[in-house]
This record gives sequence, structure tokens and C-alpha cells, in this order.
Amino acid sequence: MPPPSATPPLLVQRPAGLYVPAADLHIDPVRPVERAVITHGHGDHARPGHGAVLATPETLAIMAVRYGPDHAGATQPLPYGRSLDLGAVRLRLVPAGHVIGSAQIVLDSGGMRAVVSGDYKRAPDPTTPPFEPVPCDLFVTEATFGLPVFRHPPIGHELARLAASRAAFPDRPHLIGAYALGKAQRLIASLRESGEAGPIYLHGALERLCALYTELGVELGPLRPLREAGAADLAGALVLAPPSALGDRWQRRLGDPVTGLASGWMRVRARARQRNVELPLVISDHADWDELTATIAEIAPARLWVTHGQEEALVHWARGLGIDAEPLSLQGYTDEGDGAGETEAPA
Amino acid sequence: MSPFADLLEALAFEPQRLGKLRHLTRYLSRTPDPDRGYALGALAGTLDLAAAKPALLRRLVETRVDPVLFALSYDYVGDLAETVALIWPSRPPTEDPPRLGEVVEMLASAHRTSVPGLLEAMLDRLDASGRLALVKLITGGLRVGLSARLARTALAEYGAVPVEAIEEVWHGLDPPYTELFAWLEGRAPPPRAEGRGLFRPVMLAHPLEEAELSHLDPAAFAAEWKWDGIRVQAVAEGGRRRLYARSGDEITAGFPDLLPALDFEGALDGELVIASGGTVRPFADLQSRLNRKAPAPALMERLPAAIIAYDALSLEGEDLRARSFAERRARLETWHAARAPDRITLSPLLPFASWEELAARRAEPPGPAVEGVMLKRRDSPYLAGRVKGHWWKWKRDPFTIDAVLLYAQRGHGKRSSFYSDYTFGVWADDGLVPVGKAYFGFSDAELKEIDRFVRAHTVGRFGPVREVTHTEEEGLVLEIAFEGLQRSARHRSGIAMRFPRVARLRWDKRPAQADRLATLEALLAAIEAGGG
Repeated sequence: MPPPSATPPLLVQRPAGLYVPAADLHIDPVRPVERAVITHGHGDHARPGHGAVLATPETLAIMAVRYGPDHAGATQPLPYGRSLDLGAVRLRLVPAGHVIGSAQIVLDSGGMRAVVSGDYKRAPDPTTPPFEPVPCDLFVTEATFGLPVFRHPPIGHELARLAASRAAFPDRPHLIGAYALGKAQRLIASLRESGEAGPIYLHGALERLCALYTELGVELGPLRPLREAGAADLAGALVLAPPSALGDRWQRRLGDPVTGLASGWMRVRARARQRNVELPLVISDHADWDELTATIAEIAPARLWVTHGQEEALVHWARGLGIDAEPLSLQGYTDEGDGAGETEAPA
Repeated sequence: MSPFADLLEALAFEPQRLGKLRHLTRYLSRTPDPDRGYALGALAGTLDLAAAKPALLRRLVETRVDPVLFALSYDYVGDLAETVALIWPSRPPTEDPPRLGEVVEMLASAHRTSVPGLLEAMLDRLDASGRLALVKLITGGLRVGLSARLARTALAEYGAVPVEAIEEVWHGLDPPYTELFAWLEGRAPPPRAEGRGLFRPVMLAHPLEEAELSHLDPAAFAAEWKWDGIRVQAVAEGGRRRLYARSGDEITAGFPDLLPALDFEGALDGELVIASGGTVRPFADLQSRLNRKAPAPALMERLPAAIIAYDALSLEGEDLRARSFAERRARLETWHAARAPDRITLSPLLPFASWEELAARRAEPPGPAVEGVMLKRRDSPYLAGRVKGHWWKWKRDPFTIDAVLLYAQRGHGKRSSFYSDYTFGVWADDGLVPVGKAYFGFSDAELKEIDRFVRAHTVGRFGPVREVTHTEEEGLVLEIAFEGLQRSARHRSGIAMRFPRVARLRWDKRPAQADRLATLEALLAAIEAGGG
């Protein structure tokens, strides 16, 4: 049943990314555009050089830290829940639960509603408000972990494995690779919740974003730059670094650390082996298969667009439920960062 | 099941031997009987629970999972057992996860027809890592890189006893090893090694530094050739005949052609070799018979196994281990002369009056299956393990060549930030051809130098591997030491090296000065001709 031809579509696909014609607005464009709305601060979604950027205040703060205050011609903060009318479209940002400031973009126009999820998760995260499901006609979902083999255990389960390793090797530092934005802070905040009160040592590439989280009111406890740690501090210490630093010359100062990596990919042994770590921790800021399918079932959209990730399986599953599902092949988005791009920084 | 699953996970990702030991001893100290004993058996290969074939798992999972989703997942994961473990859609559990002991006992006593139902119920009670442990357990492929020997070492560490004491009783015991743990925890006397045909811990030799010879009296020692086979202990007791490797692992099944020769009551120590027409064949021939559970008759005819005996630990029911080497040797010779057994020869004693005379003999070995000489104190008892001062091995000098570094890969554990695994090559008509890999032999300082060279001279990257500059003028020449050469269809050069290591860094040489493949081929021909 095609929509009346008089109504232009609310969302279309363009080379730079998803585009809202009625508002002349790109969503997470992968190249500089006049007007952009950004779902969250990860480098493949938030890029510098746009004319005007609309995003949550937290996402704008992240972009300013990463790219400098002049990363866009103009910026407009829009807190969660506040509506903004742009031509015939009413736009609202709703928590996505992915990282601090991450938002779904809710677009209402002519009685139709589209929701672009950005990246999201349903598992609890002390650094960000939880994902809010919004009923809609068209839902654009991510599918990073869109295969039924990806089911992330509760984070407490993985933190217990980290604790067990620290108990087994009390003299060795534990070096954990964690994405610099979001993963690292969620890991720290969750460790604090689980009772870890001691200092946590940071690779230089994590310092600015951890400081920003603290400014934004997330309690991270005592953090220390690794370069200030003496040899005596390092026995049994917990050290966080971006994944790209694992196996790098940088880690030699730690002697013989137990190395771990916090990533949803660690669920699959072959992927974990490739990373050459001893302690693969299945911790992800993306929805796993159960969360993806539960979310789609809960929202029950008439149409579903599936993007960046394992689209095929999720599309197959959704069609089985009678949902009009299609894969979107958006270029320029990486999967959950366990190495590439933004993690490179001086130690 | 979950502690066992955690242990398997930790072992699978732990590259260091000491780390594996630590994980296993912690598990043994925190897990009750019988779970830990079954885990030990599963790791050491003594628990045979091959209760299900992969096809059964596939059938089970297909009753619950959409076939398209399964196919996409299997394609991504690449391993059937792991795909099943990860994708299994649990129903809300009505019971606690089963303990390992429960799983083992249930499967061991189950009728074949009830296995699928039992399995399904157990998969429902486990989480993903528990399911993976279960699936690996029943399909017989734990693959966590832990040898039976390392498992026994962990037991020794756990009980603070020598590993030889574990080896002495190990083959008489079965999972779940409760009497073994009772002894190690001081709750019971040592289990009695009552079964017949048990392994005796092996006496090992120290490598000889030639400078030490001046402190040793030649008259106090007997000398023999050091044979290039594998150490074997042949035991025949009460009608049981068994062959053990030095590690204590049983290898009887691989050498049925030797069993008729074990026509004695006792335990002999010697070298397992391939021998035909009165000559001992090169190690390469033995290698094609190792790790075969049931060798084909044609293979046994072409490559017949033999034992070169050099010690008697027990004969005619008498334990000889406390007696001197000279006495044991006399008993061995008397027995051998009386029986003249087929396929068991004696390792001849080499007469010598001075170390110089022995050195001259060592320089002229009788064939390719000799890799040096052994020195054994005439008055030494047979002592388990590597006890210094009794037995010495004086290996022939290694071969060396100059090769060019081609590729480097980062190591594991402590070395994960260093390029420490090297592929090297020599010159053939059309350029450099890889001839081997080396991971050791260099000092920590040299490792740093090579690492720096690799990072500064990378010309290509293939995943974790870096290709480094290797032109005639620019590149790193490595002096490679090795113990022997053999033909190999798996290597592009057609040659495989035994035990290659980096002997020296030749910064003073240009790659053009490295050796040629023809040099190695000539050496191989000489080895095969018996020149050594």
C-alpha cells in the first residue's frame, strides 16, 4: 500500500547520509553539509566542518573537545525531550542509551513519525539515561551486533571475570583496552558501582574525555595519568587505554601486564584471538541481538530500515514478523571501534 | 559447570605456561570433588566422553533456530560448536546450572538414545560459556593448549610434591581422581601404584658445557651415542605391554609392531627409532609415524619401529632403580644376550680413555640418527627428573647458515609489543625463498634491536605480519643455528629445519652475502648420506 504520492517522504538516503528534505537537514553526515543533526559524539557519526550542527549539549561538548570550539559554523544545543519546529517537521531528541548525550532523532510530519536510533543499547549504563522506545511508523535501527550469536552478558558478569583475573595475578598490572569515548567511562563508572575505590590509571588518549564526563557530572572516582605512575604503583594496577595502544610500544612500561579488551566482538573466539589478548571482556555499548529484536518488537514500526552492521539477519527476522524491512547501505560508518580512527593519540 | 567453563576460557587465551599453571592450580584448590577430577581428566585426555557427534548438535539447534539465522551465524563464527553454544536460545531456566560432575556422570551412564534429550536439557540450564564447555567436552575437542604433562605439573604444584611422584601413580588412577586429591591435601596416604604396566618417571640429562669436562673424571663415566629418536619406556608386566613417551603419555597404540618384542617382565628405558636393514633411519622417518593412533600395515612395513635399549628399571619383577648404572647395564646385557629379542638392540658403550678421545668420536658419528654422545656416571642410581651431576648430554655442534629476515610478527604475553617471530630466507635462482621460522635464541637487547629494525623497515603489512626490506643491499642478516634438515612438501623451499633459532645478528653482512638454497640442499644430501 504505497503512501499518497502527494506526500514527499520524510526521510531519504543521500550520499552524505540520511536526509530530511522538508527540513533540509542531514543526519550524521559523513561529509561536510550545510545543516546537520548529530546523534552522538563517536567520530564516524560526529564529523567536523558542517555549516550548522544541532545536537544534545553533551554531544556538542564532546565535539568541541575533540575538534575544537570552531568545528562547525554554528551550533545549537537541544536537550532531550525539547521540540524544535523546522519547516513542516517537528524534531525531538530522545535518549538512546549508547554514550553520554547520545540521542535518537524523532521526526514528526503530517501525521507520520520516523525515528532514527543512531547507535543504542538497552543494558544499564551509569553514564547515560536509558534508551526510550518511541512508537513510530518508520524506525531506522543500527545492526552492529545483528546476529543471534551476539548476546552480551550482564556487565557485572564480565567485571567479575576481571576481578578473578586480578585475584589470580595480583602482581601484574591489568591493561584493558576500551574505546576512548563511552566505553572507558562506562567501564570506570561500573567498576565504581561494584566497589572499586582505588586509583585507575589512564592512557593519555583517555584523559580529556574522562575529564569532560566528570564536568558533565558523571562520578568516575580517582583517575591518574599513567605517565605519573611509579613502578611501585603499577603492581596489580588497573590501566585503561584505547584498543590501538594494546601491543604497541607504549605498553612496555607496564612490564608483563595481563591484557584485556572490552568489546562486543570478544564474544566470538576467533575475533578475540585476533586481538591477541588474554582477557576478552564482552562489554558493548551497542544493542545485542536480544536487545535489537526486543526493541523492534516493542516499537512495532510498520517499516524498518536496518543500517551499519549485520543487516541481513535482522531484516530476515523482521520480515518474518510481517514488518516491511529493508537494509540501508550507508557508507562511512565503522563498527564498534576496537582499533580504528579516533583512538590514536599521543600517550 | 561454570567454574570449569571459566577455566577453559582462561586457558584458551593464556599464552604463558606459568599463567596456565596458575589458572589450573587455582581451579583445583577452589573446586570440590568430583568436579575438579573430571576437569583434570578432560584436560589431560583421560576422560573419554565423546558422547555426541557435531551432526547431533546441528540437529538439536535446528529444532530451535531459524535455518537462515543459523546459516548466517555459522558463516560468521566459523566453528560449529561455538555457533551452537552462542546461538542456543535458552528457555527460562527452571533448574540451576548442572555441575561438571553431574554432566559427566549423566552422560556416561546414559543410553545412546537418551543422549539428545539430556543434552538439550543441559544446554537450557547453562549460559553461553557453559554451553561452549559442554559442547567441546562431548565432541572431544577442548583445544586449550594444555598438555597432560602440564596438568600433572599443576597437580604437583598444588600438592607441593615432585611431579615425578605424580607420574609414578598417574597411570594407575582414573577420573575423578578423588584418592589423588585426598593424598595431595594430606588427608590420605599416597595412592598405591597397584595397576600393572605403570610408567616410571624418567631420568634426564643435563646439557654439557665443555668447560665442565676438566672437572669430570673420565673413568667414572660410561659413554653412549645420543640417538635422534624419541625417548621411550617399554613396560611389560603381568601380561600388559605398554609404551610411554618421556612425558608419561602412553603411545602404545601407535606402535603395535613393537609389542611382540616386549617379551620380558619389567621396564626398559631406551630410544624409539625407525630401523631397517640394520641401520637406524633419520628422525624424519620416525616423525611420519608419530601422532598416528592406528598406523596402516603398509606404513609399519615401510618404516618399522625399533627400540635401542640403554637402561633397565626393572627386570624379572625386581625394581633396579636404586642400583648403579653399571649394575643395571650388566643386567640389561645379560637379559639381552639370553633372549636376543627381535627389534630391541642395545645402545653400545663407547670405549674411551680421555675426553679428547671421546671428543674425536663425537666428531665422527656413525650416521644421521646420532646427535652427540651421552655421559652416564657408572655409580649413579636411576633418579627421576633432571638431577645434576649424573647424566650429561654432549650434543654435536649445531649447523649454521646466514639467512635474511623476510617477515616478522608480534609475539604473545610479555612479547606482545615486540616483533619477535621471524621468517627468514636464503637465495634461490629467483630471489629469496623462505626456509624457516625462529622465535628465540636472541637476547632481550637483540630483540629490541630487531624490533626497531622491523618497525623502521616495514615494506608491507598482512594482518599481524610485517614484511621487511630484503634487497641485496638492504636488510637484516641473521645467523641461524639448527639441529638438522629434512625434506618437506609443505615448505616452498622443499626443506624444513629442525629446531632453528637465531644465533647472532649479522649487522656486518649485506643480504647479498647470505647463504644460498643450494648450500642447504648439499647439506641435506650429506645428512641423508650419513655424513651428518
